[in-house]
Amino acid sequence: MYGGGYIQDDDIKQPSNGQEDPRLLAEFEARINAGEKIEPDDWMPAEYRKQLIRMIEQHAHSEIIGALPEGTWITRAPGFKRKMALMAKVQDEIGHAQLLYSAAETLGKPREEMINDLLSGKSKYSNVFNYPTPTWADSCIITWLIDAAAIVNQVINSKGSYGPYCRALERICYEESFHLKLGHDCIVELATGTPAQRKLVQAALERWWKPIIHFFGPPDKTSVHSEKLMRWKVKMASNDDMRNQYLSTYVPKIKELGLVIPDPDLKKDEATGSWTYSDPDWDEFFRVINGDGPCNEERLAVRKWAEDNGKWVRNALQKASDKYVVPLA
Amino acid sequence: MVSLDPRINRLDLQERKEETQPHEHWPTWEVFHQKKRGAQAIHVGIVHAPSPELALIFAKEQFGRRQKSTNIWVVKSSEVFTFQTGDEDMFETTPEKSYRDAGGYRVRDKINAFKKENQQDQ
Repeated sequence: MYGGGYIQDDDIKQPSNGQEDPRLLAEFEARINAGEKIEPDDWMPAEYRKQLIRMIEQHAHSEIIGALPEGTWITRAPGFKRKMALMAKVQDEIGHAQLLYSAAETLGKPREEMINDLLSGKSKYSNVFNYPTPTWADSCIITWLIDAAAIVNQVINSKGSYGPYCRALERICYEESFHLKLGHDCIVELATGTPAQRKLVQAALERWWKPIIHFFGPPDKTSVHSEKLMRWKVKMASNDDMRNQYLSTYVPKIKELGLVIPDPDLKKDEATGSWTYSDPDWDEFFRVINGDGPCNEERLAVRKWAEDNGKWVRNALQKASDKYVVPLA
Repeated sequence: MVSLDPRINRLDLQERKEETQPHEHWPTWEVFHQKKRGAQAIHVGIVHAPSPELALIFAKEQFGRRQKSTNIWVVKSSEVFTFQTGDEDMFETTPEKSYRDAGGYRVRDKINAFKKENQQDQ
């Protein structure tokens, strides 16, 4: 669900120096132009493969890490129904990671390598999950507004050119629709509730507004725009286009609940459909992506713990014939 | 590091001693899902598992936890044989295949003409 609209694109700035066979490249581009999908055993340019692995892998990591800030609220969810729903939702996210890792694996990167790259910090995940969920309302904001942003991103990307990624995204989008309704239900319950509940959800919205604006990445005018990735249908829409689409849909839904968005300058230009907002501190965005966020250390530490402490289970399942032997002394 | 979650604060968090090794997460299995009795089993994706039994258990969790399901099949990915997708032009035999379709056979006009002719003869 949490494909950050933002692709880390340090490498995109450098043109590929590998020369591709012009005939194969022309065939490949003609296929994409004709709206056909690329399958794993098709010829593809090295750079296409590399960027897809990077993007799908980051998407998968985001699902795994994104489960943590919400997962922490399962034990404290208010009531049995909320607990069941949140468990199902978090399980879905882990399932999405599985689907996405599988799609990335078809491009030739083994799953173990992707896990190692996540845990060493080499590979990134959606920036929003480096922020904490101090209250139940924060968890609900993720379920509603972060999932909503992810859906905008995923619906667009499901029209991309790589078959396995599109298939995974279609299934993911289908499941996400439940998350969106669940999140909305949770927020509406708080926003139409007691003064204390309203205060709780308003405070959470204020904490999350900046990360929400960050979600789709820096504005187009500052971000590197790769014409080639658009042509190859790896990247399907610009950061600003996705953000505008998101704001147009969700700002009215937030406002109808009487919640106040903490940005007096937020407004839509009805003629162009584009939104203006006050500076959400893009320096902070880059600081957090590069490790200096409130929860970066915790998120990775927890995943490392899980991977390391799951090792004996994996080994036991692999070699069921290994018998437990009582120590000699 | 202090977490908001007391359970995390109780964990013994350490740097990794060893990276996850190749194949530690097991080989892959292709999963086929059958929605209901009478329906086809349809390929839905893969799982990683060390044995067919566990592949079925993981597939049940991954692909059977939400929608109606009657059965699941798994088969080791390495046991599946395919053509190359790029060779799809081998399926293009003759462009005109109406002789294989029900719609390729229209007789009503002929019958009507025949009837009309016979009526005139009488």
